[in-house]
Amino acid sequence: MNLSQLTPGAHATVTRISELSSEDVVAHRLRDLGFVAGEPVSLVALGPFGSDPLLVQVGYTRFALRRSEAARVEVQPGKA
Amino acid sequence: MDSTHVSATPLSLALVGNPNCGKTALFNRLTGARQKVANYAGATVERKEGFFVLPSGRHVRVLDLPGAYSLSATSPDEAVTRDVCLGQHPDEQRPDLLLCVADATNLRLHLRFVLELRRLGRPMVLALNMADAAERRGIRIDAKALEQELGFPVIETIAVRKHGTAALLAALDGRLPGPAEPLPEGTDLHAETRRLLAAAVSMPSPTNPTDAAIDRWVLHPVLGLAILAAVMLVVFQSVYAWAGPFSDGIEAGVGALGEWISSTLPEGMLSSLLVDGVIAGVGGVLVFLPQILILFFFILLLEESGYLPRAAFLLDRFMVGAGLSGRAFIPMLSSFACAIPGIMATRSIPNPRDRFLTILVAPMMTCSARLPVYALLIGAFIPDRMVGGIFNLQGLTLFGLYMAGILGALVVAWVARLMGKRASDEQALMLEIPAWRLPNAKDVLLGLKERGMIFLRRAGTLILAISIVLWVLSTFPTPPEDWARPAIEYSFAGRIGHALAFFFEPIGFNWQICVALIPGLAAREVAVAGLASVYAIAGADEANTEQILATALHNEWTLATAFSLLAWYVFAPQCMATLAVVRRETSSWRATAIWAGLLTALAYGAAFLTYHLTAALT
Ligand SMILES: Nc1nc2c(ncn2[C@@H]2O[C@H](COP(=O)(O)OP(=O)(O)OP(=O)(O)O)[C@@H](O)[C@H]2O)c(=O)[nH]1
Repeated sequence: MNLSQLTPGAHATVTRISELSSEDVVAHRLRDLGFVAGEPVSLVALGPFGSDPLLVQVGYTRFALRRSEAARVEVQPGKA
Repeated sequence: MDSTHVSATPLSLALVGNPNCGKTALFNRLTGARQKVANYAGATVERKEGFFVLPSGRHVRVLDLPGAYSLSATSPDEAVTRDVCLGQHPDEQRPDLLLCVADATNLRLHLRFVLELRRLGRPMVLALNMADAAERRGIRIDAKALEQELGFPVIETIAVRKHGTAALLAALDGRLPGPAEPLPEGTDLHAETRRLLAAAVSMPSPTNPTDAAIDRWVLHPVLGLAILAAVMLVVFQSVYAWAGPFSDGIEAGVGALGEWISSTLPEGMLSSLLVDGVIAGVGGVLVFLPQILILFFFILLLEESGYLPRAAFLLDRFMVGAGLSGRAFIPMLSSFACAIPGIMATRSIPNPRDRFLTILVAPMMTCSARLPVYALLIGAFIPDRMVGGIFNLQGLTLFGLYMAGILGALVVAWVARLMGKRASDEQALMLEIPAWRLPNAKDVLLGLKERGMIFLRRAGTLILAISIVLWVLSTFPTPPEDWARPAIEYSFAGRIGHALAFFFEPIGFNWQICVALIPGLAAREVAVAGLASVYAIAGADEANTEQILATALHNEWTLATAFSLLAWYVFAPQCMATLAVVRRETSSWRATAIWAGLLTALAYGAAFLTYHLTAALT
């Protein structure tokens, strides 16, 4: 399961970041922003048009991620 | 090192930290108004340098580096930060000390970057900023423990409070720390961050309950959009309503200055250069200063409070559909006042392609300089009558012109997206939605001053030069004594206008329009004065002149020509001040030429269609 499949309000724990290519800048940046294995995340809200982007809380910070970005974050649902 | 020796060489500091950690607030607090804002050569990244003196008398030079999440840069801003920290920036000396700034309420993210910087092995000090906000949320940080773990000084600061940086100043005044000890090779920075947090920080809840409550409304799919619309409406209304008296004041002042010069200096070339060239040209651009300042005031408020990223969140999908990014929203909004601040605001768009596209379409938003021209032509050609009982035909036409610009922009962005599909598919958003904050008056005012100065410097240099060149073109050569027609017709501008008529004939422009467009290059609304001088019209006062001019145009032009000129005005990149800003913001003549070429082609095409359609229908 990945982050873009969560429902608003749901909590989960990051298991890994999938890279679409060997030099996936987005995946690298996601890691720098704190999306690393073991980190608790939650889906806070969805954008008004086409439920995109997603408002995601990781650590103490919230980020707006587009669906394609959130789809790279593999998660294990449930509160850590 | 004794203190007299030390004070001889200024200490150089660089402020480094994540976006929104309060770096700029800290910079303002430390340096007061002693700042220099410039651009890095060849880049559009802002370089902010300031100076202050420590209690001991030691001078400090401090550089405010752009906010960054990581040294693996993904934007030109972050690249500057990386290069300066690594000591690899061509124009910047390696700073003596890295003053890292971290938001005490956001340490999970910010400490990781501090640890990444620690790897560089440079002397470091960590400012734990927003200590007040942390305290309010019940976050307790054991700064001593953190200092012990990190091995360099850790000091709590409150950048927005008067004495909030005293401890920091004291620390900088003492013996400076040696190089930070790098972590063992291969340390996982995330794991190390978690370890530090566990050792030194206790946080009751990861989010601020007040923020969450506000965001439930502001980010709500329906209410959020309604609030956004209301905010935009208020901003717009204020830009037009509040700026009016100031603009009128500046206009009156400029007019009075012109009159005073014409009455003081003997009639002749010098007086004409000053009055018709310099004062009319620079003054014509200066009247937009109040609107620009008011607009930036609101943008700064929205930026400081944290609303802007939320607006981008709400609109991102919609803007992506049109080929832009959510971040393009503010530049587009600003451009309704004037394209110059709009284009300046594109700096917040990290992706160069998205940024250029926004710069391309922003000038299509109807700026206030077009209004005098629209008003003249609508008044002359559109009957003042009601349609459908409630709408005024003139008002509807004006609305149509606004919509034409917006639709044109959407179509251009959409086409550009189709053409560059592959490149644009993977545009990253990954936008931090920061905590809500009460804007700080001092920071807003300093930001406003900075923006105002950028605009004034433009007006004082490039726009001044362009005004003089245009004056020379429309004044020389002077016509012989027996010249019966308007003097401007004999000038270079007149000749260029005649020569251009060939090119503009297919879109229905006569040579008079072509001539008037040349002084109109200084500022769009100057074209009205240009038309008045080619048609040799001078009334008792300004209102009178416009009345006579409108009647003259009505008799001389066909409806098709008038509509064609309106269509041209919706798209043409003919304001030189905008051109200058595009050059500055893209740092490339090539991009500027492409920009001007595309918009000219678009304007020509639109005017061509309008002319022939109207001619066929009337
Ligand atoms: N309560 C509180 N607010 C602060 C403090 N320092 C900064 N702020 C506020 O935090 C917000 C962000 O501060 P900035 O100085 O713009 O942040 P920055 O790090 O320069 O951000 P970028 O320019 O995006 O890199 C502003 O609204 C400031 O007024 C502080 O110590 N306490």
